[in-house]
This record gives sequence, C-alpha cells and structure tokens, in this order.
Amino acid sequence: MNQTMNIFCKEFKDYFITPIAYIVISIFLLITGWFFFSTFFLYSQATLRGFFALLPFTFAFVIPAVTMKLFSEEFSAGSYEILFTLPVTHTNIIMGKFLAGTAFIIAMLIPTLAYPVAISFIGELDWGTVIGGYAGAIFLGAGYTAIGLFSSSLTRNQIIAFIIGASICFFLTLVGKMLFFLPENILGIAQYLSTGFHFQNISKGIIDGRNIVYFLSLIFIALYATWLVIDEK
Amino acid sequence: MIHLRKLSKYYGELCAVDQVDLDINSGKVLGLLGPNGAGKSTMLRMLTGYFKPTSGSIRVKEFDMAKNTLEIKKMMGYLPESAPLYYNMLVYDYLDFIARMQGLNKSSANSRIHELVNLCKLHEVIHKSVSELSKGYRQRVGLAHAMMGDPEILVLDEPTSGLDPNQIVEIREIIKEIGKEKTIIFSSHILSEVEATCDRIIIIHHGKIVADGDAEALKGGASQENTINMSLKNAKFNDVEKNIRDIDSVVDVKKDGNINNGVLKIMVSYKKHPGIMEHMYKKIKQQDWILLEFYQETKTLEKIFRELTMEA
Repeated sequence: MNQTMNIFCKEFKDYFITPIAYIVISIFLLITGWFFFSTFFLYSQATLRGFFALLPFTFAFVIPAVTMKLFSEEFSAGSYEILFTLPVTHTNIIMGKFLAGTAFIIAMLIPTLAYPVAISFIGELDWGTVIGGYAGAIFLGAGYTAIGLFSSSLTRNQIIAFIIGASICFFLTLVGKMLFFLPENILGIAQYLSTGFHFQNISKGIIDGRNIVYFLSLIFIALYATWLVIDEK
Repeated sequence: MIHLRKLSKYYGELCAVDQVDLDINSGKVLGLLGPNGAGKSTMLRMLTGYFKPTSGSIRVKEFDMAKNTLEIKKMMGYLPESAPLYYNMLVYDYLDFIARMQGLNKSSANSRIHELVNLCKLHEVIHKSVSELSKGYRQRVGLAHAMMGDPEILVLDEPTSGLDPNQIVEIREIIKEIGKEKTIIFSSHILSEVEATCDRIIIIHHGKIVADGDAEALKGGASQENTINMSLKNAKFNDVEKNIRDIDSVVDVKKDGNINNGVLKIMVSYKKHPGIMEHMYKKIKQQDWILLEFYQETKTLEKIFRELTMEA
C-alpha cells in the first residue's frame, strides 16, 4: 500500500513538472467549454446535459494522451529497469500509475465546476444530475485511464500507445451510438458494452448498481490485462 | 550467499546465458568480464529479478527468486547499464523517491541522502535536474541510488563505461570502499579495472563461464606455455634456433618480424621449468652474439581474455 502511494505521488507530481499537464487541461477546457456553451443558450434550459453528453468523446482522446507516457516513457528511457528492480510488486506499480492517472483526470474536471456554479445563478439547476454527472465522469475517466494504461504497457512508442488507447476508447464510446447499423441479435450486447450508455444512466442522477459494476469490471479487466503484459516483459 | 543453478536465458532462438552454475560468497568483489554480447548484462538482470530466466534457478541466502522476488530485491542495490534515471526529476527528488521506495521514513531518508551525497560527491548537482547531468554525475547518482537501501549485495552493470579516466578512478575508489563490507558484483570489459578492484574474476563468453578465479590464478592457469623474448645482434636465425632448441622443455623458436638494423628478434616458447633462463643465457654467451634484450613475457589479463574469447 505504501509503495503504491509512493508511486502514485511520483507519477502525479510528474504530470505537473512538465508543461504537458497544463496544455492538456487547457485543450480539454477549451473544447468542452466551446461545444457546451455554443449551443447552451439555444435551449434556454439550466442543465449540464450538453456538457455530459459530450464528455465520452472528449475523454476518448484526451485520456489516452494523458496516460500514454505512463509505461511507454519508462520503456523507452530504460527507467523501467530501475523501477522494476526496486522492492515493489507489479500490482503496486500498476495501481500507483492508474490512481495517478485517475487523480489527474479529476484535477482536470475541477475547473469545469465553474459551469454548474455559473448556471445556478441564471436558472434552477438540478444539483442531483450534476452530482450524478460528475460521479459518472469519474467512473468513465477511471475506465479510460485503465485502458490507456494498458495500451501504454504494450509499446515503448508513446504515439502508438495513444493511437491504440484512443481506438479502444472510441470503439467503446461509439458502439452504443451505432446500434442502428447492427443486427438485432447483438443489439443488447453492443449496448451493454458501450461506455456512453452506462455513463448516461449514471449522469441522469440514477445510480444503479449495474452501471457501477460495468465500470468496475472495465477497470479490472484493463488493469489485469496490463498486469499480464508487464509480467511477460 | 548467491547460488545460480543451470541458469539459462533465451531471446527467441538466441541463447544469451547457457546453463550457468555459479556460487558467490558474501563480502567479495566479483568482476564479470566478457566481450560485448557475451551475456553479462542478461546475467545481472536475471540476478536482480528484472528478467525471468528461461530455465534454472537463483537462490539468494534462503530465498528463491521465483517465489520470494520481493525479499531478494530488498537485499539488492542495482545500477543498470548507462544509469537510466528519471530524467525529468531533480536529483534530490529522485533520491528521495528511491529512499521512500526502499521503505525509509522522512527523517532517515534525509540523513541517508546526506550520507550518500557525501560518499558520491553530489553536492554540486543535488538541486539540478537529472537530465542536465553529465555522464559521470549520472553514474554517481545511479550509484547513490543503488546504495540507498544499504543493500547487502550491490550489482553494478558497467559502472565506469563512458567515463573519463579521472571519473573512472573516482568510481573505482568508491567501489573499493564499499567492497570492504558488501558483496559487489560488477561487469566490465575494461580488464585493468577488474584486475585492480576484484577478488574474483569470471570471464563469460557466449553465455558460458570460461574462466573463474582471482587474477593470479587466471594468469597462471590459462595455458602452460610461457614465452621469452630476446633481441640479438650479429646472429643468424638458423644458428639461434639450432642452439636454443637443444635446451630441454623449449617447445618452439620463432622469428619476431624481420631483421632490422642487424637486430634479430626471437620468441622462444617453453614449458614451465626452473632455471631455464640461466640455461638459455649460458648458451647465448658461448656464441659471439650481442644480447640486447632478454625478458620473460608476463601474461596479462588482456592476453588471457583474448585467448579465451577469440573466435577460432
């Protein structure tokens, strides 16, 4: 546990040592802010639905960019040899890095709290959906972080790690939006696989066990796959 | 203390380490020698738990590498080849991270870092970024890293490669200093360095141990034949050969290059035999040759190394 914390602290600090964190956060805020507010006043409704509807898409390419370095950079610089010969287990390393990535996503979401606060001044905001939305965003972010960590463990090249991670995340995001094109007998499976479906359920403010189980199993599978890859190296 | 049994490592078809058996006692400085690609790094990487062996076992004290990796890692400090540190950290932050990972708390981490900064002379760079360091400093930070947990076994992979002669001497001094108390295993392809610092030398070639012993034993043992070199004036090779050949235990007489300014250079190989030099000198004295040089070639580690690792 201690070792996991040590790795978590190092990785989390690492994000803010280089300018990458600030660039990624700025881009994320610009994109979500622009797409959300450009249509916000057309509906004249005090709701964050537009913001949360967009989140699976922005996350699908922002999160792999955040996580791509977690293993790839260590492989290419050789520092993994140092980390790996310290008295730590693979689980310590993977959990530390996963939690650091998730914490960074949470840090990235904090500035967006300005939206509900600002909106609450101009209309009646349903805070239940806001809380649900943020809880869903954290689950979604953690799920994509686990996928990004997995793709980072596959290669020493950060660009390739990003492309693999973004592809998996986009697939999971889009599979629920393309139900129209799919044969009827796999509709249920496709919908269940889709992150967007589960995320939307949570962000409606209804916290259902099944949606949480979905995200937890997504995280578990991705982290376990990472463990298998690391153990093979 | 460390026992390797039938240790092998394959990279696909390529065999990097081939059925190595080795026992290493505590409190010794062990040098691993070998040409590039001989399997030195692979062996050290298996020893530190970074690579899993394809077959065979590693035991350190009562622990087995396959089952108690964590316990073994706690006993070991490791400096990988060319010290791949975390480049975007400050030296102090880096050492602090390592100290925490070795299980030191805040105050003991601080005092340990202080000790190592003194030992490895890192005062000037402690607040610099690792990426700005010169190779020599990076190597020293790596050494401080390896010693952070006060390990019983120190494994150093080519600790002096790429350093200038002054830095090499400094690192060597540090190794000698630590070697008084700890078990050190380090690899190198600089022979003089191994000769100067190690209690025991192992030469590896194609993943196998081809020689094992201290420097003296290796020098004596590699082959039984020795060589005497001499330079003579006013002598013809045929006469010299006829005369010297007569002596017991002389195996071969050879010309060493052409006659230059009337000086003939001769190499005589002989089997070990007491008094052979006197014998030879008396023979020479009987002729009217002028003896300019007469010396026994001392076998250097270089020569042994070449003998053992040259392709046939």
